[in-house]
Amino acid sequence: MSAPAMVTRRSFIRTGAAVGGGLLVTLYSPIPSDAISVAHARVGSSTADQSGVAVNAFVRIAPDESVTVISAHSEMGQGIYTSLPMLLNEELEADWSRMHVEAAPVDKVYNHPAFGIQMTGGSTTSPAEWERYRKVGATARIMLIQAAAQQWKVEPASCHVEKGVVIHAATGHRATYGSLASAAAALTPPTDVPLKNPKDFTLVGKSTRRLDTPPKVNGTAQFGLDVNLPGMLSAVVARPPCFGGHVKKFDASEALRVPGVKSVVEVPSGVAVIAQGFWPAKLGRDKLQIDWDLGPNAGLSTEQMLRDFSETSKNPGAIARKAGDPQAALKSAAKTITAEYDVPYLAHAMMEPLNCVVDLRPDSAELWTGTQFETVDRANAAKTAGLPPEKVQIHTTLLGGGFGRRANPASDFVIEAVEVAKVAKAPVKVVWTREDDLKGGWYRPMWHDRFAAGIDGSGNPVAWTHTIVGQSIIAGTPFEAFGIKNGIDSASVEGAADLLYGIPNLQVDLHTPKIGVPVQWWRSVGHSHTGFSVEAFLDEVAHAGGKDPYELRRTLLAKQPRMLAVLELAAQKANWGSKLAPGVGRGIATHFSFDSYVAQVVEASVQKGEVRVHRVVCAVDCGLVINPDTVQAQMQGGIIFGLTAALKTEITLKDGKIEQSNFHDYQMLRIFESPQIEVHIVPSTNSPTGVGEPGVPPVAPALANAIFAATGKRMRRLPIRNSDLA
Amino acid sequence: MTNFFVNGKEVQVDVDPSTPLLWVLRDSLGMTGTKFGCGMALCGACTVHLDGKAIRSCVSPLSRVVGRHVTTIEGLSDNLSHPLQKAWIEIDVPQCGYCQSGQLMSAAVLLAENPKPTDKDIDEAMGGNICRCGTYPRIRQAIHRAAELAGDRRSK
Repeated sequence: MSAPAMVTRRSFIRTGAAVGGGLLVTLYSPIPSDAISVAHARVGSSTADQSGVAVNAFVRIAPDESVTVISAHSEMGQGIYTSLPMLLNEELEADWSRMHVEAAPVDKVYNHPAFGIQMTGGSTTSPAEWERYRKVGATARIMLIQAAAQQWKVEPASCHVEKGVVIHAATGHRATYGSLASAAAALTPPTDVPLKNPKDFTLVGKSTRRLDTPPKVNGTAQFGLDVNLPGMLSAVVARPPCFGGHVKKFDASEALRVPGVKSVVEVPSGVAVIAQGFWPAKLGRDKLQIDWDLGPNAGLSTEQMLRDFSETSKNPGAIARKAGDPQAALKSAAKTITAEYDVPYLAHAMMEPLNCVVDLRPDSAELWTGTQFETVDRANAAKTAGLPPEKVQIHTTLLGGGFGRRANPASDFVIEAVEVAKVAKAPVKVVWTREDDLKGGWYRPMWHDRFAAGIDGSGNPVAWTHTIVGQSIIAGTPFEAFGIKNGIDSASVEGAADLLYGIPNLQVDLHTPKIGVPVQWWRSVGHSHTGFSVEAFLDEVAHAGGKDPYELRRTLLAKQPRMLAVLELAAQKANWGSKLAPGVGRGIATHFSFDSYVAQVVEASVQKGEVRVHRVVCAVDCGLVINPDTVQAQMQGGIIFGLTAALKTEITLKDGKIEQSNFHDYQMLRIFESPQIEVHIVPSTNSPTGVGEPGVPPVAPALANAIFAATGKRMRRLPIRNSDLA
Repeated sequence: MTNFFVNGKEVQVDVDPSTPLLWVLRDSLGMTGTKFGCGMALCGACTVHLDGKAIRSCVSPLSRVVGRHVTTIEGLSDNLSHPLQKAWIEIDVPQCGYCQSGQLMSAAVLLAENPKPTDKDIDEAMGGNICRCGTYPRIRQAIHRAAELAGDRRSK
């Protein structure tokens, strides 16, 4: 992937025109079926541009032998700019060294095969694209072989392909894909496209170096913040100190005296300072005098919310799952235990702060941003600009981290940039500072979990009740109809209502308070709290029943072979039960999320009043693996992301204001705190399942359980405070 | 007008001398490889070299670099040949990649001063660089690998 080729749709067209020929393959995948209905091929980008079909291509083969894969999904670190080309080239069989990747423009042909909008999230790209990208590759290969066979007047079946060269062994004919591309494009695409049996894969399943690494180690990778247009201005926005607040009046006179500041204007989200470059814009903002109406949320405080949540959880909420008669079983149990768990609001804190470039013209607009939500952002940008959606194009750059923040149902950072562009009278880049990012809302919700368990005479749980309190992420968004049924937002109870453990009497219920703090999906979403609370409480159940936490899980997973297998693998690799150094404890947890099975064992100790995480052993079954090294990387990264939440971060409110501002009071795990991590992947022939998120949920409970093993202290809130260890 | 050197070339900018070097590089010179992460020297994404020492460009005013030599990620090598770049590619360190310019620039100073760093040396030298994707295990591994590659190059 050459960096310039990834940047814009403009360069996409330019590149195509320059090579003046080649094969474009498009597969239209109607929703909801992922059956391929039509395959189009066009010669060269000029023809294609006129017909408007070129933008719909998933792969472009040029006379210079380059193969460009158009990615319908955004690269935010998860490795999809390598996994999708691997899927495609498993069937195309081009020379891997000639593979390039480009971000797709916004078009319905690139809609997510399962969700019907163009987006990246929910750890779904590989599962959803598992067939489509292979079919694109297979279609192109068949057409290229057919083109060669026609030229040589031989049967296509008598030809084969080696690294992008079609060969007819009997006659010694050879022709490269690049030389055949134009002829192939004139052919009628095949309707029946058989795919390889996975046992014949030669690329998929083998660790393959990422195509996006070279530009990420020499400074040429283009993130949204790196986009620079001729005449472009920069802007920062002063936003209200409380959610729902607004500007009463402001004085910009001092701000306007900062050299480089062009204008200061009120926009719906606050006051924008527009300048030549970020720094004068930021200096100008520092000098603004704004009189704020703090709005309806100025009384919010985390301390009060914690008390309210706990109080609310004393009564059952809307039933998400019920089995047997949990209340009766609790009453008749030999022993009962209860516990409450709390986790805070969390910011995504991607390393690249939010930003969006907008070039707004009277009849159209172009946007450049690292987004996970192209369809939604385009619709919202178009509405804000007063343009039809088809007149708005979004160029998806690389994302300097996403973790869900860049899939905002309200397109907050995009529509704000369009609003600024309306008054900037020039292309404009709106930049968020780290403070803006951390104080800007759209957090992982804070959650309270109240449990009761009944244990029988032999130490096994026979009753389990779990009451959850927390805001819904999708209530009030266009996705509400999609994900809220009978008062239950499925994302609020995921990982709890679908508990895999065989407990005969069980109830999971939910309270969904409405609070004026904007919330959003955050890497592993609901699982980020249920993983912690369920697995930590199960550890309490094991100890209350006198059971080894690993052995109890084995018993309860007797009918869950895939989870049982990862549990046993993690325990075996971690030498569960073996002696540890004095003061070191071992904890275990499992979690099923995004259709993947993960178990982790943590070794930790408390030294000088602080937690030390020594080792994390992770076992994962994510179905058939496309790029094993990427699965390794995502588990490693997910574990560190989860440890950061377990040990470091919380967003709190006082008098309606966010108390954190930058990495000194919202600290990330650092390299010297990063444990030894081992990842073991279960070989599987099942279809691929999620990888980006499932590594996150089990690590906090495994750590909490390890701390209990080391110290006898239960950690029932995150982040773990040193005062909880004493 | 302020004159200084970037990656060996003299540059001249007409910017307020209190402007952080980061924004001079990014907005005035169009060199976007150096990243903005926090603006407070807390994350290391903006790390560059000033006369061979690692500095956080987000808090270093332009006035500090007058007449001096700044090296950015674009100047680490012109063909991905620096041992750290080779090791980063071999081990596939980056995920989102946003922090990696800063990681590499910090690591380059470490290796220049300590050709065979231990894990502890790495932890100390790299502790100021945050990676939200969690590539730390690979950064550690890749610095050791780069030390090997650099050793091979020296012994040839």
